[in-house]
Amino acid sequence: MAARTEPRMAYPLTREQHLELYYYMKLNRVLEDRLVILFRQNKVVGGLYSSLGQEATSVGTAYALEQHDWMAPMIRNVGSLLVKGYRPRDIFMQYMARYDSPTRGKDNTSHFGDLRVRHVVSPISMLGDLIPVMTGVAIGARYLGQKVVSMTWIGDGGTSTGAFHEGLNFAAVQRAPFVLVVENNQWAYSTPVARQVRARDLADRAKAYGIDSYIVDGNDVVAVYQTAKEAVERCRAGEGPILIEAKTMRMKGHAQHDPAEYVPREMFEYWKARDPIARYERHLTDHGLWDRAVKAEIEGRIEREIQEELEFAEKSAFPPPELAEQDVYCDASHAIEPRWERPIEEVMPPRASVKAKWVVTDFGGLDQAAAGVTLARVSGDGAKPEKKKAATKARPTRTPARSKSRR
Amino acid sequence: MAQVTYLEAIRQALFEEMERDPTVICIGEDIGVYGGAFKVTAGLLERFGWERVLDTPISETAIVGAAIGMGYVGLRPVAEMQFIDFIACAFNQITNFAAKSFYRWGAPVPIVIRGPAGGGVHGGPFHSQNPEIYFVHTPGLKVVYPATAYDAKGLLKSAIRDNNPVLFFEHKFLYRRIKEDVPADDYAVPLGKAAVRREGKDLTIISYAAMVHTALEAAEILAREGIDAEVVDLRTLLPLDRDTIIQSVKKTNKILVAHEDTRTGGIAGEIAASVCEAAFEDLDGPILRVTALDAPVPYSPPLEERFLPNLNQVLEAARKLARY
Repeated sequence: MAARTEPRMAYPLTREQHLELYYYMKLNRVLEDRLVILFRQNKVVGGLYSSLGQEATSVGTAYALEQHDWMAPMIRNVGSLLVKGYRPRDIFMQYMARYDSPTRGKDNTSHFGDLRVRHVVSPISMLGDLIPVMTGVAIGARYLGQKVVSMTWIGDGGTSTGAFHEGLNFAAVQRAPFVLVVENNQWAYSTPVARQVRARDLADRAKAYGIDSYIVDGNDVVAVYQTAKEAVERCRAGEGPILIEAKTMRMKGHAQHDPAEYVPREMFEYWKARDPIARYERHLTDHGLWDRAVKAEIEGRIEREIQEELEFAEKSAFPPPELAEQDVYCDASHAIEPRWERPIEEVMPPRASVKAKWVVTDFGGLDQAAAGVTLARVSGDGAKPEKKKAATKARPTRTPARSKSRR
Repeated sequence: MAQVTYLEAIRQALFEEMERDPTVICIGEDIGVYGGAFKVTAGLLERFGWERVLDTPISETAIVGAAIGMGYVGLRPVAEMQFIDFIACAFNQITNFAAKSFYRWGAPVPIVIRGPAGGGVHGGPFHSQNPEIYFVHTPGLKVVYPATAYDAKGLLKSAIRDNNPVLFFEHKFLYRRIKEDVPADDYAVPLGKAAVRREGKDLTIISYAAMVHTALEAAEILAREGIDAEVVDLRTLLPLDRDTIIQSVKKTNKILVAHEDTRTGGIAGEIAASVCEAAFEDLDGPILRVTALDAPVPYSPPLEERFLPNLNQVLEAARKLARY
């Protein structure tokens, strides 16, 4: 169960899709460049967080999701939000604390979401907590009969939290259709990844949960997309959860106030030579997917869009003060309507009724492990793993028998 | 109507809500095959199946987090803390994720977190606590702590149907010690409404959970001494029913608050402040408190007995107050 570095299946992209990936990455970057100017003009309220250098990871992973799939961005996933249908004005207004922002000025940065249309869950500042929450989204949607996958992101530093462990472990035992993208951007604020985790590959963490993982070049948008697409579709087919480690680099400080002097200059230079947008521009040229005119058209479109969106954002007022005390509670008139995609009778008695007994096939002894007793050690958890496990056994990703190192 | 225990009333509420609404599911440690450490969820798995009764790893953060996520797709999960003391492990999910979700981005979190709380059963420092006040201090949550079987069932139903994260504290000392007639048909007790358990005119004893029974016992003894005590059962601590409290103050002009929670920062302080703000002119005496000691809950019986508030302390405080 070593991490894979290449997806098994190719997920071909059309020319339009290639160009769309470029559009989102470039939009992400131009938008954030503009935010830096707004920050210097004192128009940003509070801190500004940059995802410079990580655009391919944000865009490529989110691009693998379908409209009905769920995601929860972290602070550097502006690109993911754009792919999921948010507009630059939403990001501008969040940072500028305006009334028309998705949170009406109640929260900042990427801390917003939409349960009904885009299926985006808002993060909180505490790291790791989205993992159990998105696991709940995944198993809750599965319960309703929906064929959806949930995805969230976590940084290298965030993998040190207890919530990361509890969430991923729970997702694993529930076989949740859940993709966790570990964005290894090498720095957790000022602390290098080697002081967060002793393992070099954060994908190795997946082994502890008995789940599959991938390692991908996080600055190669096509590789990121193809890996994420495979992980998403495997989760949809019941093979989740899956962890993807994207190797990338945070090219600025933790936030705008932080000049990141603790990062060796050579390290920035190493990664600058691997800039995801410059690399993708060469890729598009080398593969004849665009020409100068197409590039200029996209860039012009982005410039105009950013200008219009910013004008809209700047016209938005600050929220009225009395909003501070509104909507602390959700009243009974608010409709909460689950989308059932299976017959409700299946989850109601008498059809749902069962014998409340564990069926245990593996008694945990060493001799049974040596004899290759099936992976379905306990049934009765409702996840119906047996057949799928048997079918995936021959896959090259899995070690054929349990090796000693697994014990 | 049948006589049922406090515990059975809770089980009935879960059973009936799951029967009524397919979005209600239960999640927690050892709640399925085993039926829960106190058997509150016994029989639910047989009836409703593996998808609706989830045995989880020992991961309170994951339990609450997953419940929040299920709430986002429109379910109404009921999460059990095996002992409510362990709710501390899920503190961040509750106070930062669940409580602020609707306020921040309009996403309701229609979940219930329930579990056995309270002392008097020699459970020691980690199986006896009353941690309700941590959560009473968190806007966005609702905190419920019933004293009777009837209320336990009716309040749990309301909690499950509520669109907000509701913490439902069950006093484990009461689980099998009290019994009363509970209707077999559907009823709900509204959240945020206190109940006057005994009418009186001389002074008011405000309480909740197991201490309500101590307060009622005290009121009977006081009555024989010619002191007519009113007893108010808060039932819900957040939102706090200040109206019922103030009404009672205006009637009796004297109050004492008795709770099993520790003293400093307990709800009694909030009640005292609210009464001073709204009805200071109506007071004929000091607002007194009878509470647990400001200490962890000790294990050994003589220590726990010393720690917990008791009948004599309530009587003494009431007699003192009556003299004003």
